[in-house]
Amino acid sequence: MNKHLILLLASMLGVALLWAPSAWAGKANDTLVYTSEREEPNIDVWYNSSREGIVVSRMIWDQLIYRDPKDMSYKPHLATAWEWKNNLALDFTLRKGVKFHNGEPFDADDVKFSLEFLADPANKTISTYGRKFIKSVEKLGSHKVRVHLKVITPHILEYFASSDFVIYPNEYYGKVGNKGMDLKPIGTGPYRVTFVDPGKIAKLERFDDHFEGSAKGKGKIKHIVWKTIPDKVTQVAELLTGGVDWIWRVNPDQAKNLKRNPNLTVVSSETMRIGYVGMDAAGRSGDSPMKKLKVRQAVSHAINREAMAKNLAGGGARVIHVACFPSQFGCNDSAAPRYEYNQAKARKLLAEAGYPNGFDIDFYAYRERPYAEAIVGYLHEVGIRAKLKFMKYKALRGKVRGDGKKSETSLLFMTWGSGSVNDISAITSFFFKFSSDDLYRDEKVRDWLQTGDTTVSPKVRAANYKQALTRIAEQAYWLPLYTWSMNYAFTNELDFTPTTDEIPRFFTAKWK
Amino acid sequence: MLAFSVKRLLVALLVAITVSIISFTLLRMTGDIAAEMAGEDASAADIEDIRHLYGLDRPLPIQYFEWAARALTGDLGESLYFRRNVTELLGGRMKVTMTLGASALVFALVLAIPLGVVAAIRPNTWIDRLALTTSVFGQALPSFWFALMMMILFGVTLRWLPISGSETWKHFVIPTIALGYYGTPAFMRLTRAGMMEVLASDYIRTARAKGLGSLSIFFKHALRNAIIPVVSLAAVQLGFLLGGSVIMESIFALHGLGYLAYESILRSDVAVVQAVVLIFSLFYIVLTLFADLLNGFLDPRIRIG
Repeated sequence: MNKHLILLLASMLGVALLWAPSAWAGKANDTLVYTSEREEPNIDVWYNSSREGIVVSRMIWDQLIYRDPKDMSYKPHLATAWEWKNNLALDFTLRKGVKFHNGEPFDADDVKFSLEFLADPANKTISTYGRKFIKSVEKLGSHKVRVHLKVITPHILEYFASSDFVIYPNEYYGKVGNKGMDLKPIGTGPYRVTFVDPGKIAKLERFDDHFEGSAKGKGKIKHIVWKTIPDKVTQVAELLTGGVDWIWRVNPDQAKNLKRNPNLTVVSSETMRIGYVGMDAAGRSGDSPMKKLKVRQAVSHAINREAMAKNLAGGGARVIHVACFPSQFGCNDSAAPRYEYNQAKARKLLAEAGYPNGFDIDFYAYRERPYAEAIVGYLHEVGIRAKLKFMKYKALRGKVRGDGKKSETSLLFMTWGSGSVNDISAITSFFFKFSSDDLYRDEKVRDWLQTGDTTVSPKVRAANYKQALTRIAEQAYWLPLYTWSMNYAFTNELDFTPTTDEIPRFFTAKWK
Repeated sequence: MLAFSVKRLLVALLVAITVSIISFTLLRMTGDIAAEMAGEDASAADIEDIRHLYGLDRPLPIQYFEWAARALTGDLGESLYFRRNVTELLGGRMKVTMTLGASALVFALVLAIPLGVVAAIRPNTWIDRLALTTSVFGQALPSFWFALMMMILFGVTLRWLPISGSETWKHFVIPTIALGYYGTPAFMRLTRAGMMEVLASDYIRTARAKGLGSLSIFFKHALRNAIIPVVSLAAVQLGFLLGGSVIMESIFALHGLGYLAYESILRSDVAVVQAVVLIFSLFYIVLTLFADLLNGFLDPRIRIG
């Protein structure tokens, strides 16, 4: 549907509902209804890589360790302790007295089964990290395991705290498999599933026997319902009429309207997603002006990131200077140059690079069209006549990657969420280690990142990552823009706090 | 008649197979389910890993014939996205789409036929103008806009009807009206034109001369003949309404077949798209045959011919 029309209709809805009577049934029924757009294929998170799947999985299942979103620290969860035995072996001491929703006791067999299932290619799980990182799991006792890794993976704790490595009940999953788990998911989490209609609705109920000592804590709200509503306008209408209690990914214009409704709370929160302008320094797309450092620097000085962050993104967005999200391990911008907004300097750099009259270039983008258009405007002002080519993400990703060697893009506006992994290996290493996404192909950067990715010592890792990030900034391979902000809207009877990892934790939400 | 029906069926079957091959090829040329399954943050290596694990790197003809061979035994395969049996997946969806399509068709006919009859009986009067205006609005209003306006009025402001979901009959009221209203103008105009033509014919004049009552003339003699083209049109319109249901299903979160097909095309979920194409092809064949038979029942000249 036309975006402007959606905005118009949403505005009309907002105005119409200012005086509409409220019917907030959520608190009265102790039932929180939240909604998302996409029809999700599975509840079984081993076969669902989507954000929505991850959100619901955090309520149903648990991980060995828990990453506290407040300070990103690791806390004991299903495992009470962990210890590196050597660079490739990690011991976990498991919590006793934990039960799955079906009464099955949690022990080392469940951990061994789950991690080895994920590691086995025959199981075709959508999550690839088990296959990448885990070699085998050794049972050392009824509540102790040793995980053997395939390669040195210093940031592996991030995955043990993620939805990729949730622990399933071995006996139950062995009996019912993926299809059974989809229709009747069983975990140790603070909520158990009472009803599922795949792709449409899932109903959860607080699991009162959720284990003592859980880092997640016990659920506060009795019932949680996850409903799929594809159309954003319908979601807003349902929120306004009390049909749902919580929505997210509300665009800024809708958020402004919703803020005027006294029955709603609208919050904007920074997320781990960052935006950047990528420039084909390696010349994978041919003989592009972007091969010249001065041109890349000119682009970097031409764009007013502060103004964009403040006026377009809003909320918690903040300008960044290196190719990572500030909270990620290794993300250090202390030695990186700052590209202040200076059009005169940009024009001068262009002239020095041999383009006194600027040049024509295709500029690719896939989301937040207003941001892309603003960048095009800034570039035009210094003489870079960028022509916006806006397309679907997967189409653009295909153009960037090309055949692995050649690429079809030389200047592009992209974003990256790092899969909520709080370590720069999930972003900087992803883009700068000569993969098909790497348009820069800098050997020094690659080597520093490789050392950082494969060294256990945090000090050595941090030092190498800092060098890599500084060089990326100096060479202006990326112009990091700013952190992304997300708008959430919910009934003002709900006490909900968003987190930067974009994983709403409904198990900590409560009624006011 | 039998030979004609068999020939029609064979042609329809060939059409279904051709459509199936074309849709399979187009889908695989334009989309990548491995990328969809792997998610947004997947690397090229992750996508290749998924592609290989699920056999999506094999030659297209082999993948197509595997699907076709299974389909012939009644097994429509498994959705790679939902990881569920397609037949099972489509079951619940079809019920929603058919309910919406059929109720919208009934709504359109119930609104259009009386309007058309009244407009034909009183041509060029305010009643005729009102019927025409109603019809023009139905044609001119974008159905999604009309649907959203009704949602705001009846769902949000007045709170009479639910906004999303398909749990009760109430959930279908706004989508039915929004979708059915779009189909009204064609029926109304056809009924009006047919009735005016029939009412001007000799046998109606004879009926009047015999002293038959107006109701008997209009409904027993005139309408039965005037409605024949409407029956044929209804089969075609039902197809349009089912196609149009994609938008209604999306707006009202009805989770029907149309929306599933649309999403599956975007996801390149071949098994689902192929199954939907097959089902709709067969559905059109049955509808067309049904319309022919009904026309034959209403008009003996067709049976004899």
